Amino acid sequence: MLQIKNIETWYDLIRALHGISFEVREGQIVALLGSNGAGKTTTLKSIMQILEDDDQPEKGSIEFLGKRIDTKDTEEIVRMGISYVPEGREVFPELTVLENIQMGAYTRRDKEGIKADMEMVFRHFPILRERKGQDAGYLSGGEQQMLAIGRALMSRPKLLMLDEPSLGLSPLLTKQIFNIIRDINQEGVTVLLVEQNVNMALKYADFALLMENGRIVRADTPEALLEDEDVKRFYLGIDTDEEREADGYRKAKSSKRYRRKVRFR
Amino acid sequence: MIGQLVVEGLAIGACYGLLAIAVVIIYKTSEVVNFAQGEMAMFSTFVAYHILLHYHYPFWLAFIITMVFAILLGVAIEFVFLRPAKEPTALGLIVLTLGAEMLLMGLAGWKWGAEQKYFEIPMAYNVTHEPIKGIIISDWAIGVFVVAAVLMTLLYLFFRYTRLGVAMKATQQNKNAAKIMGVRVERMFSLAWGLSSLMGAVAAMFFASRATLDTNFMMEPFLRAFAAAVLGGLMSIPGVLIGGELLGLIENFFGYVWPEWKPIVAFLVIVIVLCVRPSGLFAKHYVKKV
Repeated sequence: MLQIKNIETWYDLIRALHGISFEVREGQIVALLGSNGAGKTTTLKSIMQILEDDDQPEKGSIEFLGKRIDTKDTEEIVRMGISYVPEGREVFPELTVLENIQMGAYTRRDKEGIKADMEMVFRHFPILRERKGQDAGYLSGGEQQMLAIGRALMSRPKLLMLDEPSLGLSPLLTKQIFNIIRDINQEGVTVLLVEQNVNMALKYADFALLMENGRIVRADTPEALLEDEDVKRFYLGIDTDEEREADGYRKAKSSKRYRRKVRFR
Repeated sequence: MIGQLVVEGLAIGACYGLLAIAVVIIYKTSEVVNFAQGEMAMFSTFVAYHILLHYHYPFWLAFIITMVFAILLGVAIEFVFLRPAKEPTALGLIVLTLGAEMLLMGLAGWKWGAEQKYFEIPMAYNVTHEPIKGIIISDWAIGVFVVAAVLMTLLYLFFRYTRLGVAMKATQQNKNAAKIMGVRVERMFSLAWGLSSLMGAVAAMFFASRATLDTNFMMEPFLRAFAAAVLGGLMSIPGVLIGGELLGLIENFFGYVWPEWKPIVAFLVIVIVLCVRPSGLFAKHYVKKV
């Protein structure tokens, strides 16, 4: 569905993405994982074409449904069916909840369809119906996240990209949000998910990509990654038995070993 | 006397308010105080003057042509001066608008000369009515009230109920998020500048018909309007209108008591208000949640 081939993104002289390639298959939940500064958000922004003009990748190609989108405007990309929930929700604080949701349908003209989809959003997030007339700036963080997801659904996306939906939310709310994401996925929307909460993301994803320093270092099913020693140690914080016996020195050493691991290119 | 002072103060306040709204529309969108605002309006008024003087069109036709010109002027200034600026700082943008101001002032001086001119509108300042004893209201003031009311209603409806209006508010609040929604942000900028220039031109026509028309006549009203906008919080449109009215009233009352203090008192009040409420009287605060 979405094919990314060898894109490189530079911020001035810093190369944020070192030629990454991956594919998102239709109907899947794909998780893009990694620590701070790994390039996850940059990847999503590159796809949406919302970086500053001269920061947009010059190399490589991005294809959506068989058509190249790396030469198109954000507006056209939204119309083609990609929707993006940015990091930190980015709702419009002085618009009401309803107006925020309406903004999500900005590219659409079919009044009936918009109404039906609004009902769909309220079905997924009943709390938003109660808060309909309130300014979005007065919602709690979790409600804002729900609003941001609901808003993104209003453009009737084929692919929904979420940037850290769990940011700043309690574990319970995170679980709730992830369950809703799964529901949305089961209704036929493909999901590309950026997360730092590796544990949670691996539970819900069909496929996972692990990013580090602007490269994709692992691409595998969650099951395989959950079994992987390095992933366990560095992303899930689970120590193996021998590790637990060892002291800090050993840990430092093993981290060095990890850095030398063969990478996928 | 009191009644007349109030009416007059409200009328001039409404003019400040209109100009202040023009300032706020641009401030919210481009995040810059547009110091060319007054001169853009001045230039549009000169265009109206030119049409009336040389083509002898009926006033309302000239008015409509001028409004169209004002919109185009606003769009053009945004396009020529602000859009090319890459990753601008707030200060850089202000200097750009100052440059636009100088340019417009120079152009107007070159085309129409520096001497003062009469600019007449159908609502004359010296035709007065006295509906209730003690309240004298001029045609001009009636014109101001009607026009301000109509414009405010239209603006309200635009921002509240139209797709475009909501998209413009969204762009003002969060450019990136608006872009993600599929809004063509640049067009919203053009729209904001056009709309703002139009509001300014309407206000300037009233100012010009009350006093005289020359290349500098918008300097002082612009400063007042800017002060009114700050007083109102630089954010909400009803807020700055109230700010404008307050300023008009204060100025008029003190102008009556101490004429020589008239220009100063209004600003003094604003300084005091800003000491107490630094973000203006009607600013809303949202805490960004993480």
